[in-house]
Amino acid sequence: MTAMSESTPLLTLSGIAKRFDSGTQAIARLDLDVAAGEFVSLVGPSGCGKSTALRIVAGLLKPEAGTVAFPDGKPEMGFVFQEPTLMPWQRALGNARLPLDLKGMARSEADDRAARALKRVGLSGFEKAFPRELSGGMKMRVSIARAIAAEPKLLLMDEPFAALDELTRQALNDDLLKLKAEDDLTVLFVTHSVYESTYLSSRVVVMTPRPGRVAAEVSLAPPPGRDESWRLTADFAAQAARVSAALKQAMVAA
Amino acid sequence: MKDWARYLTPLVVFAAAIATWQWRVHALGISPLVLASPSDIWGAFFAHWDVLGPALLFTVRITAIAFVLATAAGIGLAVLFSLSRPIEYALYPFAVVLQVTPVVAIAPLLIIWLGYDNLTEVLVVLAWIIAFFTVLSNTLTGLRSADHNLLDLMKLYGASRWQVLWRLELPGALPFILTGMKISGGLALIGAVTAEFVAGSGTDLGLGWTITLASRNLDTAQEFAALALLSILGVTILFAMTALEWALLHRWHESAVKKEG
Repeated sequence: MTAMSESTPLLTLSGIAKRFDSGTQAIARLDLDVAAGEFVSLVGPSGCGKSTALRIVAGLLKPEAGTVAFPDGKPEMGFVFQEPTLMPWQRALGNARLPLDLKGMARSEADDRAARALKRVGLSGFEKAFPRELSGGMKMRVSIARAIAAEPKLLLMDEPFAALDELTRQALNDDLLKLKAEDDLTVLFVTHSVYESTYLSSRVVVMTPRPGRVAAEVSLAPPPGRDESWRLTADFAAQAARVSAALKQAMVAA
Repeated sequence: MKDWARYLTPLVVFAAAIATWQWRVHALGISPLVLASPSDIWGAFFAHWDVLGPALLFTVRITAIAFVLATAAGIGLAVLFSLSRPIEYALYPFAVVLQVTPVVAIAPLLIIWLGYDNLTEVLVVLAWIIAFFTVLSNTLTGLRSADHNLLDLMKLYGASRWQVLWRLELPGALPFILTGMKISGGLALIGAVTAEFVAGSGTDLGLGWTITLASRNLDTAQEFAALALLSILGVTILFAMTALEWALLHRWHESAVKKEG
């Protein structure tokens, strides 16, 4: 599996550069291959262009230079924003159903799938709740349910847990890993948290401050069945230290 | 404040004001030509109901037609504008001109164009002009206020322009549309009455013309009775729109959520 995916990456970014209309150079140069099944985190200080990179991958922004390629064809994608970004007039089920509705899927089947997606993020029984009736963590779960409802291959996540409290954040980290394993998802995850990226990723791409470029890549070896207890081990601390060192170096080098 | 106190307080104040009014008019011996007492006005309701009743119905009809047309045109044009910038640039100035021109000044022209035989239509058009702009501008603001991340998400999933409009922009604009309609309902009534002042009302008689006639006849009590009907009508429209707003929004929109504690 690993050997095959290394031969043809799911996603190849080559020579990506992006300048905004305001003249700000967000990304100086970004080259990145992501293999199927990888969990890659983009880590860097605020404004280093990591969110911009994610939007370019999603096709929401056009790069100024460089190409985004999907060698095996464009995969189904899901996107999770930092805010839950739900439609307040739709119940949890209606929100999770959005990608299926847009595809024109029959209502009953779309309802079934959306309900299943909600169940998988631990929201059984909340199908009929409106967003304003849900906590921040639950809203983010609906947002994740929406992202997985259409069974994507590639999940793009833009600091999705940054606004949540620590316990909720850790719970969602574990749930995300479970979803990734069950669906064999490929995840491209933007964060500025060293610990979060260490816990989740198989590879961390460290970016420099604006204009962003890749400063370092850190390959990690998280235990397959990791859970909360791993956060307290020397092994976790050692791997987090490597990410942290790479990030510090990126800040100094820039 | 307790719920009952909230509703009882204005009623008590209102009753007290009426009582004071009644008492002062009699105590000071004010001429009924200048200020009719509440009991005279009450009497005028029954004495002139054969005029006031049909006039009320007529004004309700003009107001309702103008309001429905204003809502339809306002929402329809706003959707059209949001779908096409060129159309907006081409037509929006006309909407603004229509809005800022005092309606009184257009009335004589409309009468010439539509004819003296069609005064009812003239009244509807005048009331419509007064009422429609607020729906247009509110709806336009609402359509433009869609969450940018949700717009991006729609794009990611390959949504068509219609899907974006129908699933995101219109539902998101609903609170704005309802606010526009709430104001527009009151304006349609003002328009219906003002239009009658300037255009007359032909063979039918609305409350606006009733007031004009009563004033000419120095029948102050009837004038007040017609005014009271207008107030009741205005308040009814406002209540109806508020109820509609609550029915459509209370489950999901913050403005309609009852605060705890």
